[in-house]
Amino acid sequence: MTEAIGQAKTAPMERPFIKQLARLERWEKLTVFAFVAPAMVLLLTLFVYPLIVFLLNSLYDPAFTLEHYVRAFTRPVYLRIFRVTFEASILTTLGALLIGYPVAYLFAHVSANTLSILLPLVLFPFWTSILVRMYAWMVLLGNNGVINQLLISGDIISSPLSMIFNRFGVLVGMIHFMLPYMILTLYSVMVGIPKELTQAAASLGAPPYKQFLRVYLPLSMPGIGAGCLLVFILAVAFFVTPALLGGLKDTMISQVIQSEIDDALNWGFGAALSMLLMIVTTTLYLIYNRVMGVERIHGG
Amino acid sequence: MAQYRLNDKHWESFKKIVFYTFCGLVCVFLIMPNFIVVPISFSGARFLEFPPKSYSWQWYHNYFETEEWIAATITSFEVAILVTIAATILGSLAAYGIVRGRFPGKNLINSFIISPMVTPVLVTAVAVYKIYSDLGLTGTLLGFTLAHTIMALPFVVIVMSANLRGINVEVEQAARSLGANRITTLRRVVFPLALPGMIASGLFAFLISFDELIIALFISSPTLSTLPKKLWDGLRTEINPTIAAVSTLLVILSVVILLGAGLARKHFEKKIK
Repeated sequence: MTEAIGQAKTAPMERPFIKQLARLERWEKLTVFAFVAPAMVLLLTLFVYPLIVFLLNSLYDPAFTLEHYVRAFTRPVYLRIFRVTFEASILTTLGALLIGYPVAYLFAHVSANTLSILLPLVLFPFWTSILVRMYAWMVLLGNNGVINQLLISGDIISSPLSMIFNRFGVLVGMIHFMLPYMILTLYSVMVGIPKELTQAAASLGAPPYKQFLRVYLPLSMPGIGAGCLLVFILAVAFFVTPALLGGLKDTMISQVIQSEIDDALNWGFGAALSMLLMIVTTTLYLIYNRVMGVERIHGG
Repeated sequence: MAQYRLNDKHWESFKKIVFYTFCGLVCVFLIMPNFIVVPISFSGARFLEFPPKSYSWQWYHNYFETEEWIAATITSFEVAILVTIAATILGSLAAYGIVRGRFPGKNLINSFIISPMVTPVLVTAVAVYKIYSDLGLTGTLLGFTLAHTIMALPFVVIVMSANLRGINVEVEQAARSLGANRITTLRRVVFPLALPGMIASGLFAFLISFDELIIALFISSPTLSTLPKKLWDGLRTEINPTIAAVSTLLVILSVVILLGAGLARKHFEKKIK
């Protein structure tokens, strides 16, 4: 359409025609907006509006108060929960990065045919219900679970290893959940790194470890940044995994919000904790958008 | 010198073996939980036993004969089908507007539509629950459908945006220049080209709704709840292999849907060429 207008400006045409074109152009823009409008209306009424109403509970109870925020930042119980949440999220992010990086590298360097065999290995768990996966980990890691039964019947250990209802269980479950996100994000960046660059480094005499550290690793940095941000955003808000695989000591912030709302019916405090969580995730999401386009969130 | 070269070669192949073994182990780690539930679901014992000493269909019988499980499954299917329709239509339209439109604030709108995906689900769930209580939407089919549509929209928009970017805009311009209006162009040119992508994203929307747990935890009622909510209740109270049977069925559903989406994508690639 802009091309049409460009031609209209250069060609000797009558003014009414140009005006008509300009009107058409405006109309085009408007109709395009009409495509986005239904989704926007749905999100504004049933997502944004409820969120605002709910989060305002933290400040008005019913008169303006900061008591809920003061409580969140002064009681040792909640400070501990913030610490546990951040620790678990950071460990999950690092774990997913260290385990996922080599796999993403492999995916980026195999033929299209091999990739079409390997990719489902990541997509399949990605699209499996989180409950199924967490149930599987309960079955695998439990005191009377598959791993312990196999180890005991093989006479490798005499008493069962404690792998569930503690931090180990939570980390296994969370890293398993996050790996597909990490691998797909890293892959989407690595696949765009030209192979010639490491070859050039090699031809200039750089040993393999230097080719990696000085050339490949810096080039894959956007993927590392985006993958870590995405995993951290998801991890910090995790609920199902710590609830099913963690012990009391591993309680994370989402679980506290749930019990404040469901059991204590303390909407004000639940909203305050939600607000704090939202501030963290929204800030990181804005940074993520800067690092790379949103479209890359999902590789499948 | 020869000795050194030999060592160097060994070192290279050693590194390769370590690398491939590591990747193989990670793949096993990723995929194993999906399959471990299958043998357990056929166990003949009352409690968890691995490998099972005897096999039976008892847990499947238990699932199919318990009215609560079946009612929850039917609800999940109903909601997921409605979500598939709503999210695919709304999401595809939005993606078309975002990909083809040139209006200020486009990226902002894109990030906004994606935001339910990165908003803590529990916070969304509580907020939705509060509004639903006022509107009387808790424990209703409409309530589930609307909430799950919001969760599925980001995926549809992401998949459809990528898809529409792959469709040459000149095809549309050709139709328009030949006198087709916007609606006709959409119906006769864009829609057939976008259909495989819409099928794929619709399948994903189905799965997102079918597996959604956290919103369901809040807006379920004693009379209407979904399958994940029932699974959750089961997991919290007792681990009996009925859950393994349900899990196996869910794994099969995921496989079917992934295959369907894969086929749709293949079809799309053929069409583009």
